[in-house]
Amino acid sequence: MSDASLNTASPVSHTQEGEAGFGDFFALLKPRVMTLVVFTALVGLLAAPVGVHPVIGFAAILFIAVGGGASGALNMWWESDIDALMKRTQKRPIPAGKVTRDEAFAFGITLAVMSVVMLWLATNALAAGILAFTIFFYVVIYTIGLKRWTPQNIVIGGAAGAFPPMIGWAAATGTVSLESVLMFALIFMWTPPHFWALALFMRGDYDKAGVPMLTVTHGRRATRVHILVYTVLLAALAIGAAFTGIGGPVYLAVAVIFNALFLRDAIAIWRRDEDQAEADNYRVEKRAFRLSLWYLFAHFTAILAEAALSGLGLGGWT
Amino acid sequence: MSFREEHELHKRRFGRNLGLGLVLAGFVALVFGMTIAKVSNEDFAVPKIEQGAD
Repeated sequence: MSDASLNTASPVSHTQEGEAGFGDFFALLKPRVMTLVVFTALVGLLAAPVGVHPVIGFAAILFIAVGGGASGALNMWWESDIDALMKRTQKRPIPAGKVTRDEAFAFGITLAVMSVVMLWLATNALAAGILAFTIFFYVVIYTIGLKRWTPQNIVIGGAAGAFPPMIGWAAATGTVSLESVLMFALIFMWTPPHFWALALFMRGDYDKAGVPMLTVTHGRRATRVHILVYTVLLAALAIGAAFTGIGGPVYLAVAVIFNALFLRDAIAIWRRDEDQAEADNYRVEKRAFRLSLWYLFAHFTAILAEAALSGLGLGGWT
Repeated sequence: MSFREEHELHKRRFGRNLGLGLVLAGFVALVFGMTIAKVSNEDFAVPKIEQGAD
């Protein structure tokens, strides 16, 4: 590019409009997803029975978040074609013309490598290894491999989102244990009903993009049944976890309340048909989706509360 | 390719460059903090240098 081309009025104004700012690169990291990663990883780290120096703990959470963000950038790099088709995603930096695919790829790969190396230096090889596997799983297995050809994409993709508390726990302890596997399982089982509730009321988007969501491949009746089955399994797991090392009376109370509410909504979704749902503009499905966000937040806050109480000699069942 | 200091490009990219600068400064501070935290750890020991093999 020459100075002359930079000084030509119209290309400059065009570039100004389409040029990526700092915020566009930040948006590539999927900051809203990152908040879930940060929160659950933090709970994993703080619930672990081994104390971590605050600076090391901060660094660990930051690098887990950066690794999660790198996965988001690589996901947007690969999915820019379908992002442009869906209303929910067409304002993302690549379809909006702010960032090129190559820039997103370079950005994602750089941050992915850096986050894994830095997590290793800050904590240990196991935590860094799980983070590397998470990024690989989300980008290669889920985004590139399975998302576009199996209706179980949400179930598989949910595993990637379930790893952060396990990484946080491994960063503190250097091990994988029953407690960290339970936190993984909680998010893993929560993801399908959460996303299928969304898919029921965002129907047009996924159809248009050709993503084989369960709603498209097996129909909306089957999706309603799936939501109920997963919610029942989730409730059993979530309440059962109350009687393990991460649970206690506070966690049990929270789990009973939120699982009762979530089950109520899952049953209501299962009992409804499309005519009823359309008549009230998917009121129950939307309510279940909103509740699912609070559900996960409440469970992990309760795990954190039990850990804090045990620090005072009050946590758990003893 | 050279730009005058007050070139329009400098103004346009100021936000991006400032953001990147702050991120890099934060990264340097974090690595420094991690180093202090690790060497302050009770388990930390400076590796002993092997004495006179000759």
